[in-house]
Amino acid sequence: MITCKEAVARLWEYLDRNLGRVRETELDEHLGLCRHCCGELEFAKQVRDLLRRPDRASELTPDVRSRLETFLKELG
Amino acid sequence: MQEVSLSRPIDFENAVRPHLGYLYSLAVRLCGNRTIAEDLVQETLLRAFRGFSRLRNRERPRLWLTRILTSCHYDRSRAEHEANETLSLDDARFDLFDKIAEEDPFPYSDRVHLDFLELFDDDKIIEALRRLHPAHRTALILAYVYGYKAREIAEITGSAVGTVLARLFRARKQLERALWDYAQSKNLIPQTEVKR
Repeated sequence: MITCKEAVARLWEYLDRNLGRVRETELDEHLGLCRHCCGELEFAKQVRDLLRRPDRASELTPDVRSRLETFLKELG
Repeated sequence: MQEVSLSRPIDFENAVRPHLGYLYSLAVRLCGNRTIAEDLVQETLLRAFRGFSRLRNRERPRLWLTRILTSCHYDRSRAEHEANETLSLDDARFDLFDKIAEEDPFPYSDRVHLDFLELFDDDKIIEALRRLHPAHRTALILAYVYGYKAREIAEITGSAVGTVLARLFRARKQLERALWDYAQSKNLIPQTEVKR
């Protein structure tokens, strides 16, 4: 069975479904037996979700949209 | 010929307008500053306009626009981009999950990992992302915020797929370190001796 170190190194690729079938099965087997790595997997999901979250901070406000649309029109 | 030249501005505007929100949001995440992000989008629009006649798939310009914006961002922070991308051994070994468990910044909590992540509001995440090497930040954002595959990120950034995968690995490690260091530097968690 793979070690915790190997398992942790594969977690994000696992979440992306980017591991090949063999490497994924190895990780599944490890996760079936290791509570620590299950915790790491759950945490990796939460960190990934955190990255997706800053919607408000990067939202296009009406005044910025208006300036960009004007710029776009002027290009023509 | 005259017809083509007359219709070009309208085509361009219609093709690009639906992507303004996406471009701005990507720009804010990449450069971490709303004013610079607006400039970056304007520069992207200008370059895109100049190259629009060469664009073959006008129905789906998103990937093409992303490539231009990423390239504008690279040009603006070339020195930062060219900084060494390798990770220190400590950063490569750093594991945020274990670090939080070890340091236990919320001793009375039974969900200490979640409590740690809840320290980060939108602006703090953007701040923490700014601590990453720009090539790592770009790969991370394209992959995990916008869902691009490694192959597409390679196309957008003009890199090999292997390079993108290596950058994603380093980016995740750097992010873990950046979140911890940010929380400490802003006194969001009790200060502990820095073990590096």
